[in-house]
Formats: sequence, C-alpha cells, structure tokens
Amino acid sequence: MSPRALLELDNLSTHYVSARGSRVVRAVEEVSLRVEAGETLGIVGESGSGKTTLALTILRLLPLAARVTSGRLLFEGEDLLTKSDAEMRRVRGKRIAMILQDPMASLNPLFTIGDQVAEPIRVHEGTARSAAWSRAGELLKAVRIPSPQTRLYQHPHEMSGGMRQRIVGAIGISCGPKLLIADEPTTSLDLTIQAQYLNLLRELQRAHGLALIFITHNLGIVAKMCDQLAVMYAGRVVESGPVKEVFRAPVHPYTRALLSSIPRMTDRCQRLAAIDGQPPDLAALPAGCAFAPRCPSAFDRCREAPPMFRPGDDRMARCWLAAAGADAGNGGAI
Amino acid sequence: MTLIEAADVSKHFRARRGIFGDSGVVRAVDGVSFAIERGQTLGVVGESGCGKTTTAKLVLGLEEPTGGGIRFEGRDLRALDAAGRQHYRKSVQAVFQDPYASLNPRMRVSAIIAEPLLISEQPAAGDVRKRVLHLLDLVGVPGRSADLFPHEFSGGQRQRIAIARALASSPKLVVLDEPVSALDVSIRAQILNLLRDLQAQLGLSYLFIAHDLAAVAHMSHTIVVMYLGKIVERGEAGTLVSAPKHPYTEALFSAALPSSPDEQREEIVLTGEVPSPLRPPPGCHFHPRCPHAMDACRRQAPALAGVGGRFVACHLYSAAAS
Repeated sequence: MSPRALLELDNLSTHYVSARGSRVVRAVEEVSLRVEAGETLGIVGESGSGKTTLALTILRLLPLAARVTSGRLLFEGEDLLTKSDAEMRRVRGKRIAMILQDPMASLNPLFTIGDQVAEPIRVHEGTARSAAWSRAGELLKAVRIPSPQTRLYQHPHEMSGGMRQRIVGAIGISCGPKLLIADEPTTSLDLTIQAQYLNLLRELQRAHGLALIFITHNLGIVAKMCDQLAVMYAGRVVESGPVKEVFRAPVHPYTRALLSSIPRMTDRCQRLAAIDGQPPDLAALPAGCAFAPRCPSAFDRCREAPPMFRPGDDRMARCWLAAAGADAGNGGAI
Repeated sequence: MTLIEAADVSKHFRARRGIFGDSGVVRAVDGVSFAIERGQTLGVVGESGCGKTTTAKLVLGLEEPTGGGIRFEGRDLRALDAAGRQHYRKSVQAVFQDPYASLNPRMRVSAIIAEPLLISEQPAAGDVRKRVLHLLDLVGVPGRSADLFPHEFSGGQRQRIAIARALASSPKLVVLDEPVSALDVSIRAQILNLLRDLQAQLGLSYLFIAHDLAAVAHMSHTIVVMYLGKIVERGEAGTLVSAPKHPYTEALFSAALPSSPDEQREEIVLTGEVPSPLRPPPGCHFHPRCPHAMDACRRQAPALAGVGGRFVACHLYSAAAS
C-alpha cells in the first residue's frame, strides 16, 4: 500500500437528521476505504445500505438534512470536508466526476449535446466556446458516438438510452478527472448495450488512468469490472478487500449469503440459498451487529457491535467470526 | 401435456408519427409459436422492444392477436363463448414487476386478495376470509397482516401479496413479468424459491419474462429468445444456455455478467443498437449487428427450423441443412 492513496475515507459518518432532531438516520457509519490511482472499487449494497449517500458525501452534494458527523475525506492528500463551497466547485467535474443512474434525468432536455459536453470544459478551463465545442466533438468520438459532428447539434431526446449514457460518460471525462464515480450506471440499459458501455468505461479508464468507483447492487458488474470490493450493510462497510479474494473466500456471513443467493447459469436445478428477513430500518438499528437478526451464524457476542478485523492482507471484515486469528483494528479506525 | 399453445401469433400496431402521417406498422409480435406444458415454465428473454411484454399481454387476453391463434386446453380462444372466456381469465393470472404500483394503496391486503375470488366465483361469506388466510399462508405472509394496507409492507412482502392475489382464482398459468427485478438482491432468492415451491405444490405453469438471464435459466424448462418481434431461438433451457446456436443468443448470453471474477469466457460484444421496430432491417432483423451475416441474411428472413432438438431462425443452419 502506498503511503498516500488517491482517495481515503477515514471513519466517515453521514447522518440524516429530522427537522426537530428527534429522528436520526445513520446512512453512513464509520466508513473507512481507500482508492488508489487507476484502480476500480466496487461498492455493493442493497437499497438503503448507504452507498449513494456515501457517493454524495465524497462529492459534498448532500441535501440540507444531512450532516457529516465524523471522519476525514482525503482526496490527493487534501481534506475535502474542510473546503469551502467555491473550492468544492473546482473539484467537482474537474478532479472528481460522477455518472448517475438515469441518463435522461442527468441531461438537460433544452440544451444541445454540444453545449452540455462543452460546459464543464468552458467552466473549469475557461476555454472559448468554439475550442470547447471541438473538444466536445473529440469526446463524443472517444465514447463511440457515430457522426459526432451532427450529434453535437442535437438534443437528448434524439438519442437512444445507450447513447445518452455514453454522452454522460463523455461529460464525466471531459476535464480529465482523476476519479469517476458511477452510481448504477447501467441499470437502465439493455444487456448487449450494458456490455458495450462497461467495455467503453474500461477503455477510458486505461486511456486516462482514471480511478473508478462503481456503486451497484449487481455483483456481476463487480466481478467483471472491479479490483477492490466493499460490501455495505445498514450504513456500514461490513467487508472489503480485493474482488477475487472476497469472491473466493468471503468472511462476513452477509457477503457469503449474498454471493450464494444469486442464480447461476451453470447449476440450474438447485434451490437458491435465500437470506431470510429484510434489511433493517436505518433509523431503528438493532443493538450490536445490524445483520445479526438475519445471520445464520449469529451468537451471543453479536449483541455487541463488532469492530473492523483484518482477516488477511488488504482484507477487512466487521464480524466477530473474523476475530479468530485476526487482530482487531481499533474499532474501524484503520 | 400442453396447457397453452400459440401458433404463428402476430400483433401488429398501427403507428402514426407527426401531424402528416408517416404512418407505419409496428410488428410487435410477428409470427411467434410456442407451447407451455402443464407444471412447466417457459422463459422469454430479449432486450427492450423485442415483444416480450406484448407476448405476455396476448397470453393474458389483454390484446387480441392480429394473426394466428392461441389455444388453451385445446380450445381456440377466439371460439370461446362468454362462459369459456370467463373460465380462461380465471385460469390465467399475472404477477407484475413493481409491487409498489400493482397493489391498490387504498385497499386492505385481505380485500386485494379476495377481489379475484369474489369475481371468479361466488364463495360463501365466511369462506372468503378462510381462503384469504390460506393464500397468505401459502406465500409466507403472516395471517395477522390481512387487515393492513400495502404501504405497511416491504417490497418482498408486497410481491408475496401480489402472488397470493394471482393464486386466488386457482389459475393454471401465471404470467410472471419481471417478478424480481424491482426487489433487493437479498430478497430475490426468497421470491424465486417461493415461485418454484408453488409450482411444485400446485402444478402451476409459468410464463417467465425477465432481463436477468441467470434467473430465467434458473426458473425455466424451455427458453424462447426474441429479437424485434420474432423468435430467433427456442429450446430446452439447459442446452440452450450452455450451447446457444443463434448468433444473437450467443451474444446475449456472453453479455450476461459473470458470477465470479474467476469466470473466464469469450465475450462477443455486439456493435450498434436494436433498430427501431418501426423500420426493422430487411431480411433477418439481426443481420446489421450479426458477426456472421451473409448475403442471404440481407435478402430473406430465415424461418424457425429444427436444428438438433432446438428451433433456430438463422441462415447459418438452413444453409448447412440444405
């Protein structure tokens, strides 16, 4: 591990607080993660596990009700949490970019594609309109949009879903960011278009040395695209490590259950190993480990919240079962 | 034994664009044939616009075919009298994708499940409650929730309630249109297991439509692959998944995401996108994206023909056969 990662989250917590302060939703709780330059991290979790809040925390795009209650957020060595709003505007789109789930909602229907792809270049680099538009044309070519010069003058409704998502990708890489956060980027795409898009992202990543954070509920995307994996459950990272190792030998019972509950093409006739129960309400978390009520291996100790253990090099798991043969890492502050 | 059989069924829609016409015909479903056996599952896969949902609507009787016919228990649907149609509607039920949209938020769970019962038969008043509780028990929802409203349930529980409603009129065929894609990953397996248990217990037939190829492979006995309104391949699920024959099936299954990072396989990435169904390419609809396209593919649409226990619509195989 290099001394300084591109992005380092250290014990980060984000809570949503109701107007009277009586209800607190612990959407992100004590999350520590690191992303090295050029690396791909997959953040996996179900709805309500806090993965989108985590992404919005990194970009400091949280709604008013949210508070970052603890931790540090280091990007290229600078703590983004201490930056002013004006400074953050120079980070977003320029050094960290984000791709959202629904390309129709992230493009403005009233502006041409050229305007929208050129906008971040003009804003961040002060480039003149004509020069920014010719850069936009090159970017469309880079994301494989056929006849880019014509497309620059068209509007989003004239494109298919796959093309729109590629345009959002072009906007994302327009200012040469170091980190691209993609939040469920392919859920609205068809399978063959998804395959095209994922391959395109990988090429862009190689060509520009981008680090990627993939936020998804789909373990298949993680298996295909990512180097590192972090599994979130009820606001906490319950397990993290290199993708291959986690898939081969998951430590946390939740990761194990998730991996074995997915139908596979190869063994068709077997019954799926379903996880009983449902994800907990983040405003009323059970005491101790949040997964314990659904966990097949829960025991007495689970009533106490487990710290982060290190079951191996680069591996972390928030489970008492990982305690055997591993040294506790000071309650998550690693 | 065959429960339902579609022979050369088509559904064409008139499309009109703009004020001045530019009208055309969308062949949403174009000469499709399949059969569903009793107690078995037919899986339908394909991308958006391939006609999966129109096929489901035809089977549910929500759309009238513009060509061909559907036979249920040996009787042609068009020849049914009023009583016959009522029997058909009772025997074919559906579960939809989004359990947040498919349950009426102003009705109690018991009323939601009792509604098809009250319509399809006239049960005694005391009987209704008993049947509702039995159905809830069947799908694993506690009976005490009968008097709650849908908003009091999670997505998975709601989908169970939607399944209970579909089962209320004791159907023989259930159309499952993306039944798990709106659910959380950890809940999907619960619902898929439930559907398989119910099939074994009640001898149900399913028409299973989904994007998730692994889920379709897991649930189905037979799989139909559709592209722009036509069936390109049909066959026994296991062999179709492990050795697809049509180039589109091959590409589709190779685009499915791996189940582990160690899984090595050859990936066929198709270029281009699915063309507009208003102006499908001539000949084989798939030829502009097909890596094996030949001259014949541009001129003539291939017919679905038997190839080694499977049905494939591709000139690659008709050339080999002739």
